Amino acid sequence: MTTDNVLISVNGLKKKFEGMELHALNGVSIDIHRGEVVFVVGPSGSGKSTFLRCLNLLEEPTEGTILFEGVDITDKKTDINKHRQKMGMVFQQFNLFPHMNVMKNLTLAPVKLQGKSVEEAQKTAMELLERVGLANRADAYPNQLSGGQKQRIAIVRALCMKPDVMLFDEPTSALDPEMVGEVLNVMRELAEENMTMVVVTHEMAFAKEVASRIIFMDQGSIVEENNPKDFFENPKSERLKGFLSKVI
Amino acid sequence: MSDWIIAFKDRFYVNFIKDDRWQYITNGLWVTLRITFFAVILGIVIGFLVAIIRSTYDKTGKMKIANFICRVYLVVIRGTPVVVQLLIIYFVIFASVDIGKMFVAVIAFGINSGAYVAEIVRSGIMSIDKGQFEAGRSLGFNYVQTMIYIILPQAFKNVLPALGNEFIVLLKETSISGYIAMEDLTKGGDIIRSRTYDAMMPLLAVALIYLVMVMILEFLVRKLERRLRSSDH
Repeated sequence: MTTDNVLISVNGLKKKFEGMELHALNGVSIDIHRGEVVFVVGPSGSGKSTFLRCLNLLEEPTEGTILFEGVDITDKKTDINKHRQKMGMVFQQFNLFPHMNVMKNLTLAPVKLQGKSVEEAQKTAMELLERVGLANRADAYPNQLSGGQKQRIAIVRALCMKPDVMLFDEPTSALDPEMVGEVLNVMRELAEENMTMVVVTHEMAFAKEVASRIIFMDQGSIVEENNPKDFFENPKSERLKGFLSKVI
Repeated sequence: MSDWIIAFKDRFYVNFIKDDRWQYITNGLWVTLRITFFAVILGIVIGFLVAIIRSTYDKTGKMKIANFICRVYLVVIRGTPVVVQLLIIYFVIFASVDIGKMFVAVIAFGINSGAYVAEIVRSGIMSIDKGQFEAGRSLGFNYVQTMIYIILPQAFKNVLPALGNEFIVLLKETSISGYIAMEDLTKGGDIIRSRTYDAMMPLLAVALIYLVMVMILEFLVRKLERRLRSSDH
């Protein structure tokens, strides 16, 4: 792959939380290319969520740079709000806005931030809702939806901004087991459409199936990265071997 | 029984009808309502401003100096009796300025109420899950937009009962306006008492009017609450 295709370039990323002895991230460097589906796995406390949340600066890195579409977003002079519009994020706890119905949840940001007309935003939202099979819930409030439905709406909310990359922070960890599948299906479709994705997850089987590259993190560093096949079949480091023996 | 009714009629006549004394009550009520109305507005403006500054500091560590000023304001206002504040504002701060008593009362009660509103609203803002804030920011909203579109509507809904209570307290607190010689509802009743030497009739009337006003306020708050709850099925 050529460097023109690099969407996100992370260099020497460090994050230290106040009052904590150790670095949550201890010098992470990685390039994420357009169309790539990168899965980040690792034991809890390994820094994988912190890494993901640093990518759109929900956590402010202590050190290091992040180039997104060639712009250094860690530079204080960069207007991060503008770049965040191009980085969709999906949270473990869905974080839908409970005081708005589904349609309002989906159209708020496109209308207020991208200057779209309400009709235009609703049309886009409806098309996406249909694709995830929830067109009939447009008028529902989040509290009326199941966990799986909420997460699918949350994915659509991010997609309505037409992002260049989607960040998933353990999107299925808060779901009942029977609802995991419907969310993974939506994510699988996205991957098939060549959406660039960075996914933090514990769903190893899903990672193996969908990922173009898997990254193993431990103690704030990237220990190993590989294509899914070699990642699971030929782990090199002892730490990854130990991790895989526990989770599979 | 009929003697009692006749006696009651006489007392009613002396206290309210004779010399148009009922006007002490109606004029006083009008003064009370005006003070309360403008003080509530001032209280809301100050309260929201202080709450946003305080929670911005809590969340981001920014606005250090503004936060400090707000904290001093809260400590002073909540640590001293409202009647003393009213007297200080009238007799000390505006002593050498020729200014309307109504203005002084609105300022005093508004500043006082603002402190309580601020802490109520701040508790509302802090009660909203951090994820709501992150969801807003991750979509590209800036801090202020996230506050306006996402956090404050939810916070407001959560604290509405407490806010309604604060405004009921404020309405009743204006009854100390007589300390700066304003003829509000309470003072109006008291003036009748001093004219007729009958304490029960005018003061009970005053109490009844406060009670009715509070009940109407409570009714309106409950109604608004129900409407806002429509999203919590």
